[in-house]
Amino acid sequence: MNPPPLDVTVDTLAASVPDGALVALPPDNSLPSVALARALIRRGARGLRLLGVPVSGFATDLLVGAGCVAEIETSAVSLGEAGFAPRFTQALKAGTIVVRDATCPAIHTMLQAAEKGVPFMPLRGIIGSDILAHRPDWMVIDNPFAGGGDPIVLLPARQPDVALIHGVMADEAGNVWTGRRRELSTVAHASKRVLATVERMVPGDMLEDERLAPGCISGTYIEAVAVAERGAWPVALLDEYGFDAGHVAEYARLAKTDSGFRDYLDRYVFNGVQARAAE
Amino acid sequence: MTIQLEERLAAALARLILDPAAPPARHIAVGAASPIPAAACWLVRKSGHPVRLSLLHKRSGNPFTEGSRELFDLTGQGRIDLFFLGGGQIDGQANLNLVGTGEWPGGSPQGGVRFPGSFGSAFMYFMTPRTILFREEHSPRVLVPRVDNISAPGVSEPGVFRRGTAQALVTGKCVFTFDATAARFTLASLHPGESVETIRAATGFDFDVPADIPATPDPTSEELALLRGPVCDEMLETYPEFCARVFSRKLAA
Repeated sequence: MNPPPLDVTVDTLAASVPDGALVALPPDNSLPSVALARALIRRGARGLRLLGVPVSGFATDLLVGAGCVAEIETSAVSLGEAGFAPRFTQALKAGTIVVRDATCPAIHTMLQAAEKGVPFMPLRGIIGSDILAHRPDWMVIDNPFAGGGDPIVLLPARQPDVALIHGVMADEAGNVWTGRRRELSTVAHASKRVLATVERMVPGDMLEDERLAPGCISGTYIEAVAVAERGAWPVALLDEYGFDAGHVAEYARLAKTDSGFRDYLDRYVFNGVQARAAE
Repeated sequence: MTIQLEERLAAALARLILDPAAPPARHIAVGAASPIPAAACWLVRKSGHPVRLSLLHKRSGNPFTEGSRELFDLTGQGRIDLFFLGGGQIDGQANLNLVGTGEWPGGSPQGGVRFPGSFGSAFMYFMTPRTILFREEHSPRVLVPRVDNISAPGVSEPGVFRRGTAQALVTGKCVFTFDATAARFTLASLHPGESVETIRAATGFDFDVPADIPATPDPTSEELALLRGPVCDEMLETYPEFCARVFSRKLAA
């Protein structure tokens, strides 16, 4: 099998994501490709449907603010210590996006069903929550293995069109190392396509190394890889670099207003980001 | 040094964790942005109780190797004994609203405020043998007669699989305990400066009041020494601002 192309740019990857795609995006603590989110904004993506794995953070707020998003399925949207996500909040108030609320383990379970290639999986809890009341695609059945009287929720498999992740490194075989963040393996296995950015390329095949292999997403699942140094910035990347709380606080302040958000995009997405990210 | 409210709340939470009438707490999970519950858990541990703590979003030494779904898988099996939840709104039946006020999903063009979202509450509240509710703000906008939207219900219909619900609700003003059978809170202790009247004025839901209501005890000198010493040591990396504000301690550069 040929390895995925490893010499493309972030903007080339972004160009391959069609408008309207169902895009899986991990939250701030779990290796989202913020570099790819910025590239999607530069390419003027529209109508994206974002899936938070299992919640949503900085990159989601950025895409929403830039008008790239029609719908979000997630278990929460937050900037963490910097507070509520300002552009998401504004877009909900303006009625320009649809949010489909879930709960964290439900998103994991829907992805696990897709990973297994089965049409649905059950999950405990949720019954009596208004989340269920607003999810016509979720259903409650009576557990067929019990004697009756044991209601349980069934969740449909959810197969993202594309997952956008940022790994620490990729090798010549196209394997991407994301360490212990195994939910990224699940979303990679579940998605039709995975586009990855990484800090650096390494020689050889990490699957030949018993110590690195357990932290890898196999190249089987990876469509293409681009190098984007500090591609998770301003969020953290494992022990490579920490969360840039000062920057996210600045974002939260600017993004309170439409004009402040536009200033932010001009400075960090359309112009300055390459210079900043390469520091 | 005077006793800080945060120290009093951490000590009150620690006593609830160790309540001998409650199911045992062998493995406790604490969510993100929860410095006071985390301090309470460390206080229990540093007091010599052999409890396993899984602190989510710890900056280093994340407790899981299977990603963010492992917490839910552990809880689904019944391996997590105690969890903490809060809410933008909490009502008298211990229903939690983390989604928003007004029409679903909150903060829509029709009005209301959008909160971040339910996170794992719609699962954790059912599958953990006990949950301690914690919300420092004690006001009629938070403690409401009926939540606008239910992220996670406090009680369930007979037959719905559920291991537990709220054990108690700790606020900046008092401690309530929760009776799942009656689906009602009972005032259990008052923090300094509070009375039944001040609690009633600040609480949107009805609750039971016993004849004698104790004061929430001061943390003991041993508890304070642990909080300001080894508990703070454990928390400095994840909660530097909290440690600086409450314990006047800064992370070495």
